[in-house]
Amino acid sequence: MSSIPIEYYLILSAFMFVVGVTGVLIRRNAIVVFMCIELMLNSANLSLVAFSSYLGNPIGQIFVFFVMTVAAAEAAVGLAIIIAVFRNKLTVNIDEINIFRW
Amino acid sequence: MNAEIILFITLALIAAVSSVMMITRPNAVISAVFLVLNFFALAGLYLLLNAQFISVVQIIVYAGAIMVLFLFVLMLLRTESEPKVFLDKKPIKMFALFITVFVFIQVAYLILVGKPSGNLTPDQLKSIETGTIQSIGRELYTNYILPFEVAGFLLLAATIGAMVLAKKKFE
Repeated sequence: MSSIPIEYYLILSAFMFVVGVTGVLIRRNAIVVFMCIELMLNSANLSLVAFSSYLGNPIGQIFVFFVMTVAAAEAAVGLAIIIAVFRNKLTVNIDEINIFRW
Repeated sequence: MNAEIILFITLALIAAVSSVMMITRPNAVISAVFLVLNFFALAGLYLLLNAQFISVVQIIVYAGAIMVLFLFVLMLLRTESEPKVFLDKKPIKMFALFITVFVFIQVAYLILVGKPSGNLTPDQLKSIETGTIQSIGRELYTNYILPFEVAGFLLLAATIGAMVLAKKKFE
């Protein structure tokens, strides 16, 4: 019945991951860079779920559950850091945030 | 052409196009909205893979909670939109694009020619059984109870950390 080879899911996952990497490299807005990281996490989730479903093994989906937990924690802390940096520098452009450089 | 393939192609196209749109829009809010669209397409793909629980959690946690957080921060901060991302033709951006396209071609070659999955075909009944909340919950509360508790502790720490970070000025 299921006629989709798993390779299609893996290709889509690879494509989304590569788009996320490109976004991190070319965008200058720190919040958009964070969103690109979320995109990369999601592409990894897609291949985990694909393998889990094709092998009939729930452990892959449990791993995806934990990835989502960590992504939520990361988003909360990361956005708090961006807010703190914005208070000091009044910008979220990552070219201008170089407070550790001297 | 059965319905499954049509659904897969539609959802995959939505996911791919919205991810590209997300990184090319100059306005951050529009990027966020395209990311939400991408998350919904992924939730549809999870349903197609018989992962009902993950699909629902994807919509609630990602498209609901996390993206609302992002949009909230975008609303609070004054962010000027960037000039068109590829119009300035900086060589370093072109180089980044070249590297990522190269990596994608390599990975796609490995997946399509190397056949890492060895023509894996799913056992449909087993895969439906795998994705239910019953099977995931049984595994989560028996074998994975310690990681589950640690994840709860991580969320608590993240909540406190976010509040401390966002509250006071650091020097």
